[in-house]
Amino acid sequence: MTSARRQRILALTPRERLAEQWARLGITPDYRCVRGPEVGMAMVRGRMGGTGNAFNLGEMTLTRASVQLMNDGVATDADTELGHGWVKGRDTRHAELIAVVDACAKRREWQADIEEGLVAPLEQALDAERHEQAQRAAATRVDFFTMVRGE
Amino acid sequence: MYVAVKGGEQAIANAHRWLADRRRGPRDTPELEVPQVEGQLRLAVSRVMAEASLYDPELAALAIKQASGDMVEAVFLLRAYRTTLPRLAETVPLDTAAMRIERRISATYKDIPGGQVLGPTYDYTHRLLDFLQLANAEVAPPAEAEETLADCPQVLEMLDAEGLIEREEDDGAEPYDITRDPPDFPVDRATRLQMLARGDEGYLLALGYSTQRGYGRNHPFAGEIRLGTVEVEIVVEECDAPLCIGEIEISECQMINQFGGSRETAPQFTRGYGLAFGHNERKTMAMALVDRALRAEELGETATGPAQQAEFVLAHADSVEAAGFVSHLKLPHYVDFQSELELLRRLRREHTTRIEAAGSDVDTPADNVTPRASHNDPVKEQQA
Repeated sequence: MTSARRQRILALTPRERLAEQWARLGITPDYRCVRGPEVGMAMVRGRMGGTGNAFNLGEMTLTRASVQLMNDGVATDADTELGHGWVKGRDTRHAELIAVVDACAKRREWQADIEEGLVAPLEQALDAERHEQAQRAAATRVDFFTMVRGE
Repeated sequence: MYVAVKGGEQAIANAHRWLADRRRGPRDTPELEVPQVEGQLRLAVSRVMAEASLYDPELAALAIKQASGDMVEAVFLLRAYRTTLPRLAETVPLDTAAMRIERRISATYKDIPGGQVLGPTYDYTHRLLDFLQLANAEVAPPAEAEETLADCPQVLEMLDAEGLIEREEDDGAEPYDITRDPPDFPVDRATRLQMLARGDEGYLLALGYSTQRGYGRNHPFAGEIRLGTVEVEIVVEECDAPLCIGEIEISECQMINQFGGSRETAPQFTRGYGLAFGHNERKTMAMALVDRALRAEELGETATGPAQQAEFVLAHADSVEAAGFVSHLKLPHYVDFQSELELLRRLRREHTTRIEAAGSDVDTPADNVTPRASHNDPVKEQQA
């Protein structure tokens, strides 16, 4: 599990669902925010014709947070237990939660729980939702047939 | 020119208080909630996000509520909010080929991989008012097919593979950003697309329509229109790989246009491109028509229609700028108008004097008629 793959699942998951699933793991570390959470923007880029040169389409709101795990009120190893979270929109708790999970995933004792008890079920839930949406789209798929003129 | 004035604080406060009351409407109906606007006026939300150039459905919904449904005002509100936020990142260019499709149609090929997918569309509705909605009738959930949707590759890639259409390749050029530096005409296509993406839909629609009616015809086909969601990735220094921050709704239109060629290059179809936040199908179609029209010079065409005049089209496309300059006419122009009055009275006196001097000759020679002096009018400046 790379942190990029985990970040993707956690950012795509609605915050309420993420918080609920996270609470089930019972991992409650001490941490401090080292950056943010802060709300800003990302400039969204498109490509001409979908494949060509980039152009600036417009901005979107984006929230980021960075946290550091603490032991008895003291910051632990800064190199390994910093966590970062990024999420579209303005939900500071969502960004902070992603950052906390990211930091915790760097501790060996929690890695398996986070992978199996959090990311995997959330990924399954996302896949199920997407599957259902694709089924809705598929229900509107048509087969046009051209009429012969004069018939 | 207008001059600053003071006073009127109480009147302004009371006007805004009355406005708030008007916005709230009759108190015996429930207040409109922002999630209702976001969830039930989705296309309005899309339009405000696209033209404000900020993707945030909740804030766009708030802007619509606050503006009492005035879309241009809502765009202005969201655009103003945008200036309060720092920019934290730039995204990797969206991969629209990887879009999770809600709607995807092509008017150029009947049978396309993935198929024609209508999605939630107003097309094929009868445009009859649905009086059941007056009574808030129950709405059935959407139908679901047994099978899921197959992959939907970009339709124009099929033509591209045959070399029938001009290729769109990334040469790695860093796009100009009009939010950092004001556009300096003539502008490149990346700048044009950024300006068109935030351009007023009605304006772009009219210009696109004008090309169809012959003012810069470019013979378009809707090669592909797709609406759906794409994942957005950013590059940050904390991580080597791009990070997904969520997904956004997006609309894309790929127009296939008349072909050109030269002694050196074989004839090929050309392209027009439209892309917009949210579900904005009409906007992206208009944008693609105007994008193609604005490529006239690049493609060696003679510019004959207004939609092909880049500076004219782009300098007037932004509803915030346009509304701002038109609205400034409401500001006090008392001094400016007084000077015009003075000038007019003097000209009329001189006119009367000339007439009287000429005796009973009432035929005023045409060159004695002075045009109305206007702002920046050299006639006025010479006479003043």
